[in-house]
Amino acid sequence: MAEQPILRAEHLGITFGGLRAVDDFNMTINKGELVGLIGPNGAGKTTVFNLLTGVYKPTDGEFWLDGEKMNGKKTYQVVRAGIARTFQNIRLFKQMTVEENVLVAFNESFSYHMGGAIFRTPRFWREEREMHRKAIDLLRIFKLEGLAQTQAANLPYGAQRKLEIARALATGMKLLLLDEPAAGMNPTETEDLLECINTIRDRFGIAILLIEHDMSLVMNVCQRIQVLDYGRTIASGLPEEIAHNPKVISAYLGSDEDGDDAGETADGGDATAATDGKEEHDA
Amino acid sequence: MKKSALSMKQSYIVCAVGIAVLFGLLMAICESGAANTYIKGILMTCCIAVIMTTSLNLTVGVLGQLTLGCCGFEMIGAYSAALLSKLIVAKGIAMDPTARFLLTIFVGAVIACIFGILVGIPALRLHGDYLAIITLGFGEIIRVVLQNIPAAGGVGLDKGQAGQALIGIDRIANLYVVFWITVVTVVLLFMFARSRYGRAVKAIRDDEIAASASGLNVTYLKVLVFAISAFFAGLAGGIYAQYMGSLTPAYAGWLQSTNYVIMVVFGGMGSLTGSILSAIVLTILPEALRAFSDYRMLAYSVVLVVFMIFRPQGIFGSWEFSLPKLINRIVYRNGRGGAAKAAIAAEGAGTAGTTAAAKSAEPAGKEA
Ligand SMILES: Nc1ncnc2c1ncn2[C@@H]1O[C@H](COP(=O)(O)OP(=O)(O)OP(=O)(O)O)[C@@H](O)[C@H]1O
Ligand SMILES: [Mg+2]
Repeated sequence: MAEQPILRAEHLGITFGGLRAVDDFNMTINKGELVGLIGPNGAGKTTVFNLLTGVYKPTDGEFWLDGEKMNGKKTYQVVRAGIARTFQNIRLFKQMTVEENVLVAFNESFSYHMGGAIFRTPRFWREEREMHRKAIDLLRIFKLEGLAQTQAANLPYGAQRKLEIARALATGMKLLLLDEPAAGMNPTETEDLLECINTIRDRFGIAILLIEHDMSLVMNVCQRIQVLDYGRTIASGLPEEIAHNPKVISAYLGSDEDGDDAGETADGGDATAATDGKEEHDA
Repeated sequence: MKKSALSMKQSYIVCAVGIAVLFGLLMAICESGAANTYIKGILMTCCIAVIMTTSLNLTVGVLGQLTLGCCGFEMIGAYSAALLSKLIVAKGIAMDPTARFLLTIFVGAVIACIFGILVGIPALRLHGDYLAIITLGFGEIIRVVLQNIPAAGGVGLDKGQAGQALIGIDRIANLYVVFWITVVTVVLLFMFARSRYGRAVKAIRDDEIAASASGLNVTYLKVLVFAISAFFAGLAGGIYAQYMGSLTPAYAGWLQSTNYVIMVVFGGMGSLTGSILSAIVLTILPEALRAFSDYRMLAYSVVLVVFMIFRPQGIFGSWEFSLPKLINRIVYRNGRGGAAKAAIAAEGAGTAGTTAAAKSAEPAGKEA
């Protein structure tokens, strides 16, 4: 392929003490692609996100964004280069308004300096006005524009998730990492979220890497899926291939047998259910 | 409704008028002879406390990092300004006292700011209690260092003697000049807090990890805020030195710093107007309680404790007092919510308008 992939990760790995949380992680994501990253609890999915955003320094391997080497960079540098993320446990600026949450992420798009802020130069007003407009435009995609002046902490759960995505988009990224965006959402909210994800893909033409336990969502929207288990990639390919892959099924069912926790059992159940559904569809 | 709300420009004018009225009041008090030296001294102390508290609030309330070393910076500024002032006189450089005052406090502030950066870079890697202890230690170090520098004791410079109070500083701090310095300080802090910088700093307070994931250079911003706080603390120190005429190293210690933290908490974390009010109230209160003579500080403590029990978020919480908004409410009979909506409509394109609106909507929500 002539075009440069947006993300290329090679042999990424990290060790915490004696625990090999991620091992030999390879991935390429092309422009406009939506790739799923799945795996049982504790498989290392969030750790991959932390590696890709510079929260953790990989002990092995390298990764590139648009051909630019990223490892060793600090989080804010990676974000400015074009990788933005959301968090598994929502992290909003709770005491700030919805609009301010987005404006914070727009910070790098401003060009006025301290002097401009202090003397309230025309440039200050122009930029603040422009960013306000942009923020509202962005919130509109998520149908949050009516809540722009609400304190983020007071938003309903689904809206908080969406605001987090909006804020990530405001950084002007090329690659968006979504960590379980549908977690804790009811079916209507999930449906709504799906629509949002599709809209932003069409609108911004960005690449998305999605961690999700909701298998129906993953199977529906992802073009490719990579499966992690105990830090290793056990499968990767098209959704149909993954759904049929015996390794994947056993990884999910295997953890089921260990009977670790209720969440895993439920996820395992989801996976097989979704797999079955897919099979019927294909048939 | 739309037409009745004050526009941005009008709001600024209203604020300017408000400040002018305040200054007029100050002049009236001083010129009419209603104020003796004692009252003027309290007014001066109020101004110094306002500068200290508002600038400290930037670090403690807006950035959310507890520091206990503000008086260390204040004394760096104070001693620098005092010694520079003495040096200018000793060298026989002819200079207008006000010019000398302004020059020395500015230099003192810059030196304090440099120390702020030097201390901030390593210290701000720590959080909460650890940062508090580090900064507390910093203040103590400054105290001990000042105690041991010959030039910082006695009459200062080459005639100095370590371990003594620095005396004989020209008392060239003029109340009117200091008033305007205080106004400028507060305005600068407001402009900073209500810009992309202030937003970024608040974001760090709310969630540091999310802030860096939003592309903010957290370390840089923290050190920046710390340096700004140190600058204004140094400025206040320079004023203090040239108002008091003498300095003791003990003032750099943690006790006095804690006092300013109390003022910040009392006024409301993150509320600059709250800090102004609490700085004034808590400066006047111990004086007003002089009637109780021996039990003065006890009464002061009791007032603080009782207040904090019934209003733990401080006088203003995170709400900011705004004269234009008050006028909107009274003159145009816009309810808070109404004012917010009108402001959004009128300033539809202006972010400052909406932040103001948001701020005004906030307490309304709390009351409901
Ligand atoms: N900072 C850390 N120090 C030590 N161990 C860690 C650290 N971060 C993650 N781990 C471990 O790495 C493993 C992978 O964790 P990770 O959070 O990436 O899993 P996950 O796939 O996101 O799981 P879940 O589906 O529950 O979110 C876990 O065993 C976890 O305990
Ligand atoms: Mg996770």
